[in-house]
Amino acid sequence: MSILVDENTKVLIQGFTGREGSFHGQQMIDFGTKVVAGVTPGKGGTEHLGVPIFNSVREAAEATGANASVIVVPPKFAAGAIIEAADAGIPLIVCITEYIPVHDMMKARTFVDKRGVRLLGPNCPGLISPAEKVKMGIISGSIVKEGNVGVVSKSGTLTYEVVYALSHAGVGQSTCVGIGGDPINGTDFIDALMLFEADPKTERIVLMGEIGGGAEEKAAAFIKANVTKPVYAFIAGRTAPPGRTMGHAGAIVEGNVGTAEGKIAALKDAGVHVADHPDQLAQMVIAG
Amino acid sequence: MNLHEYQAKRLFGEYGVPIPVGGDVATTPEEAHAIAAKIGGTVVVKAQVHIGGRGKAGGVKLAHSPEEAAEHAAAILGMDIKGLTVHKVLIDPGADIQKELYLAMLIDREERKPMIMASSEGGMDIEAVAHDTPEKIVIVHIDPEIGLQLHQGTYVASRIGLPKAQWKGFWKVLQGLWKCFTATDAVQCEINPLIVQSDGSFSAIDGKMIVDDNGLKLRHPEFEDLRDPGELTENEKKAAEAGVNYIQLDGNIGCMVNGAGLAMTSMDVIKLFGGEPANFLDIGGGAQAETVTQALNIILGDPKVEAVMINIFGGITRCDEVARGFIEAMDHIETDVPFVVRLEGTNAVEGRALLDAVDGLATAVTLQEAAQKAVALAKGA
Repeated sequence: MSILVDENTKVLIQGFTGREGSFHGQQMIDFGTKVVAGVTPGKGGTEHLGVPIFNSVREAAEATGANASVIVVPPKFAAGAIIEAADAGIPLIVCITEYIPVHDMMKARTFVDKRGVRLLGPNCPGLISPAEKVKMGIISGSIVKEGNVGVVSKSGTLTYEVVYALSHAGVGQSTCVGIGGDPINGTDFIDALMLFEADPKTERIVLMGEIGGGAEEKAAAFIKANVTKPVYAFIAGRTAPPGRTMGHAGAIVEGNVGTAEGKIAALKDAGVHVADHPDQLAQMVIAG
Repeated sequence: MNLHEYQAKRLFGEYGVPIPVGGDVATTPEEAHAIAAKIGGTVVVKAQVHIGGRGKAGGVKLAHSPEEAAEHAAAILGMDIKGLTVHKVLIDPGADIQKELYLAMLIDREERKPMIMASSEGGMDIEAVAHDTPEKIVIVHIDPEIGLQLHQGTYVASRIGLPKAQWKGFWKVLQGLWKCFTATDAVQCEINPLIVQSDGSFSAIDGKMIVDDNGLKLRHPEFEDLRDPGELTENEKKAAEAGVNYIQLDGNIGCMVNGAGLAMTSMDVIKLFGGEPANFLDIGGGAQAETVTQALNIILGDPKVEAVMINIFGGITRCDEVARGFIEAMDHIETDVPFVVRLEGTNAVEGRALLDAVDGLATAVTLQEAAQKAVALAKGA
């Protein structure tokens, strides 16, 4: 079992023939993901890494039955790619692309919501399920291990850090989900928590947040009211100066909104085990 | 990117928001004199700095003659307001204020939509108004697919207590602000105050704008000219040119990390173990040796740096590539600043083998160990 994906997940990749698309597409295939199509306008009818290429998502979906999309196109075209996938009826869209203008994302998110489509990202590492052998995105397949810890995070490399330490100690994961660090994104902490709470394979949950916005505070309130499984958390950015964007477009403390202190206090109040640093987080989960 | 008041108001004006007529910026008292003479009558001289509270700091002054405007400009130019030096003053005509309103176009991250925020209580700190009298704040969300609707304007005008005779004028302001917001990829367009004049017309006498950096990069390269050169440190400018995500801080331990979340975390962990981070630096995903060399040059360009911690968790980034970049940089850079390097993930074994050849280099297995060693090195241990 896993959240969001299973053995019936058939993936198409928008931007498959590009440099990033080729590299990560191959990694997804190597992990065992059923990559059934690539989409590059103008290259329809050709083949790339043994996978058929189509001019549009709709043609790809009709021909292959693809029911999930990974987007690795440049920022200028990424919001359009999300809208195209939703318009073609793809129910799960994972957008890896970083640097998408926020106005484009507001339009894409509104469009996606009106069609009941699930979006993950943008500016996220995607998701990976060791048991189902599905990888949609860029989380390294070599660091995960099958198990029962559900991981949800705003940051890619921070996820690698903790997942690697867990796997190394023999603690595996049910699904690892990167929601990304943009101010306007799709799936948030609450969506992931809801799915992990309902997933019989997930016994414990790791949440990694960072400064900016109020997603962690809302997640804390949700955990307090709805989550029975133990949750472990870490919040990055305690030393970030206010008013500066810390790499991720959404990671900014504005006035007293979005501080690490506020998020940590809310999570602790919800009974979440909050670690001071990632090594400690891994140790807590391993010991727990 | 933050825009100055005069830049924001010019853009508001271009999109149809009424702004004070004849206002202009001066960098010398002589220019201030000329602008004030052209406007005639009472003018206001306003410091252009990216910080709130300039009025209280003496950065806003009324002048009744061009001579007085020049005097005020001479006093304000070069003034230090909360650590920022004033390089420009805006000379605007004196305002005919009957009423002060607050109006802003913002992004609501929780709702994932643009929103109008308005209040009858303009000219004050809006966060204080929201805190003390939340009922005086009006919020309306806009569907980005269909844009601003007339009924939303009517609702806001009615809720902030404008008489019907002023609704048309208010709608023009609102429409202009919405057009400006969407056309410029802004994340904030704020008018505080928006004044009602004695003839019932509106004027945006103060303005603040923040433009989305991603939108700017893709669609508004011309806005780069509006960037305040004082906004970034010399090191930050170098980093921007090299395409490295860098923010200078006050501490003495430089950090080089891949990934924004891990870069923030590395700073936090340094602080947790008793040190002070000198910077945030994310070399990004898949960085090549050259990027690593540039990043190290930037970190060492900060004279406060007394130790450097390199923390790489290879995913897309390959640790051997980082190690090669490090060794290359060490061939060119003359420094006695000590380093601690921690490589993990993709090609970490190859990377560590390369670093074994570097004399006296401290290494670490975990982030915690790396931070503890960096703190000790910075203290001269």
